[in-house]
Amino acid sequence: MKLVLKNVNLLNPDQNLNQENVSILIVDGKFKKIGNLVDSDTNNATVLELDGKLVVPGLFDMHVHLREPGREDEETVITGCNSAANGGFTGIACMPNTEPAIDSAEVASFIKKQAANHLVEVYPIGAVTIGRKGETLSPMAELKDAGVVAFSDDGVSVKTASILKRALEYAKMFNLPIIEHCEDESLAGGAMNESINSTLLGLPPIPSVAEDLIVMRDILMAEYTDSKVHIAHISSKKSVEMVREAKKKFIKVTAEVTPHHFSLTDDVVKTYDPNVKMNPPLRTKADVDEIIKGLKDGTIDCIASDHAPHSLEEKEMEFEYAPNGIIGLETEVGLAFTELYHKKVLTIEQMIEKLSINPRKILNIQVPQIKEGETANLTILDVDAVWTVDKKKFLSKSVNTPFDKKLLTGKPIGVINKNMMFFEGNISKV
Amino acid sequence: MPLSNRHLLGLKDVSREDIQLILDTATTFREILERPIKKVPTLQGKTVVNLFYESSTRTRISFELAEKRLSADSINFAVSGSSVSKGETLKDTVKNIEAMKVDMIVVRHAAAGVPKMLTRISNANVINAGDGIHEHPTQGLLDMYSIREKLGKLEGLKVCIVGDVAHSRVALSNIYGLKTMGAKVSVCGPSTMIPKYIEELGVDVIYNIDEAIQENDVLNVLRIQLERKAREYFPSIREYSRYFGIDKARLEKSGKDILILHPGPINRGVEISSEVADGTSQIILNQVTNGVAVRMAVLYLLGTLN
Repeated sequence: MKLVLKNVNLLNPDQNLNQENVSILIVDGKFKKIGNLVDSDTNNATVLELDGKLVVPGLFDMHVHLREPGREDEETVITGCNSAANGGFTGIACMPNTEPAIDSAEVASFIKKQAANHLVEVYPIGAVTIGRKGETLSPMAELKDAGVVAFSDDGVSVKTASILKRALEYAKMFNLPIIEHCEDESLAGGAMNESINSTLLGLPPIPSVAEDLIVMRDILMAEYTDSKVHIAHISSKKSVEMVREAKKKFIKVTAEVTPHHFSLTDDVVKTYDPNVKMNPPLRTKADVDEIIKGLKDGTIDCIASDHAPHSLEEKEMEFEYAPNGIIGLETEVGLAFTELYHKKVLTIEQMIEKLSINPRKILNIQVPQIKEGETANLTILDVDAVWTVDKKKFLSKSVNTPFDKKLLTGKPIGVINKNMMFFEGNISKV
Repeated sequence: MPLSNRHLLGLKDVSREDIQLILDTATTFREILERPIKKVPTLQGKTVVNLFYESSTRTRISFELAEKRLSADSINFAVSGSSVSKGETLKDTVKNIEAMKVDMIVVRHAAAGVPKMLTRISNANVINAGDGIHEHPTQGLLDMYSIREKLGKLEGLKVCIVGDVAHSRVALSNIYGLKTMGAKVSVCGPSTMIPKYIEELGVDVIYNIDEAIQENDVLNVLRIQLERKAREYFPSIREYSRYFGIDKARLEKSGKDILILHPGPINRGVEISSEVADGTSQIILNQVTNGVAVRMAVLYLLGTLN
């Protein structure tokens, strides 16, 4: 099969590639020719006239909750992959808080098998401890052999400093990071950020120091063990500051932020809409400002959705009782480009680093190259497209988003990977 | 002049004119309640549901009586536990109730924000009868009514809210209402029971009860919710009552006459000593009749908005 992407701009900071107005010939899923195409190249090919759209290495989201196994009513591996493709991603890493948890090679293999024929690559993250209970280390070596790219007890922090120390020491053998949901257990359990708003709304608060305490613990432990810690969904000012200082000391710590944590503050909780309830909670403007600063100066390495599907009936509950989390795969690119690129926080190169390159590097996954002979693993972006979010058009099985009807600038047009293309809502062979 | 909002979710955004209107209307109803025949036909044909997700005797009876005095048809819908434990969502419950063609919903719920959620689900007028640790607007109105009745005004008065401010739904409603009416409001209690950033609402924080007595015209003493988590916020009941309890010696030492309110029921010997509770000093407990009159006013003003 032959596919031609006509008149595109190529950008891949990982290979110092920045080339305008070229065409690409893809044959059987591989880059055959990049440059000026001649008639014989385009003969019998499907030609997509792309008129200056941006082609980048396939985007990657390292924090996704696929609900399979356990809650297939909310998301399956396949619907999650469809959602990812629609959001512009060719690769995702999925969190182990399934039922059962990804704490055995069998569960990890099962998830990989479910995704095997999909365009989107799925990399499971293994649980640090059996059942994410914080007691016994999971079989990390077996999990690694089954394809796991990191370990996390996400949903909660690794329970104790002693089990975290052992996990970091053990994971170091495989050079894999421990991804931490940072929240001190004894300060957890509230419904929103502690601020003037929690006082005004009468909602039980979660103080930002709950996050900061564990970020501090984890940085100290990463330094002590000389092993890798990745801070998931960083949300507080202090935490960003601590990661910045740690990086100056070459401690092996990396961090991600979600689109909702850089685009919303806890002011929106005034609606009591459970679709703005998440953990970590939305915080204050001072926190958002520091996150923006951290994105700019490289303290925050990447953007990740924390895509957390929940059923309608669960999210229609009273705010205090509703589960935490929102879906994010299909609004991530739009929010990132609207809030970060068009507001001149990040350059286009930094955008691609944070949405494609850095998450792969953190997980030791090879960054796709846009080069003749290589497998075509790419995302086509229209960075100036203005569009309105419509949750009815999501491919995720769930619709728990606070961004429905939001006007965004910047949109994924399609993705190509594994000899398949997702374009205009359909998956086809290329 | 009608009210400017069709729901009463809290006193946060209720204007001075609206509060004035409610209190003045309550005065009229208060007189009716002294008559031999205490019923008026004002809300005849209207249906009011008292949707209580949390057990409450006094507030529910007060609303029920107010509804009956106004000739409304009232239905009591008590749900034990939350919608979670029942397996039915709040939305389904409310949709079911709405199918019964109700005009007004009086709601009490342990979770903050539920009255506001109801306004999105239902077309009925919603009255908040207490949501979580958020607001309890009719209690706030009733407290203001009682203060005004005793002291003749609200403007310029100094009122201190004493006790577990952080876990009280009465505190916020009092703060908003009293400030709107021109009173100067402070809070006094153990620092663990004063919510963070409360100063941003324009209230002073006092940690010394004697100072609070000295500097204020009115104390609104909140109940320490011994049955709730409140116990974890101070070392012991003995220590609480010693440092924040109001007893006769304290009042005498202050050498002044101070008006004390308590929304009831009192933990005798904890926030107020029995001597003070039963004494002759100006103390307002369980303003049952005022409560009915204020709730009649709210129901009437919302029910006749069309």
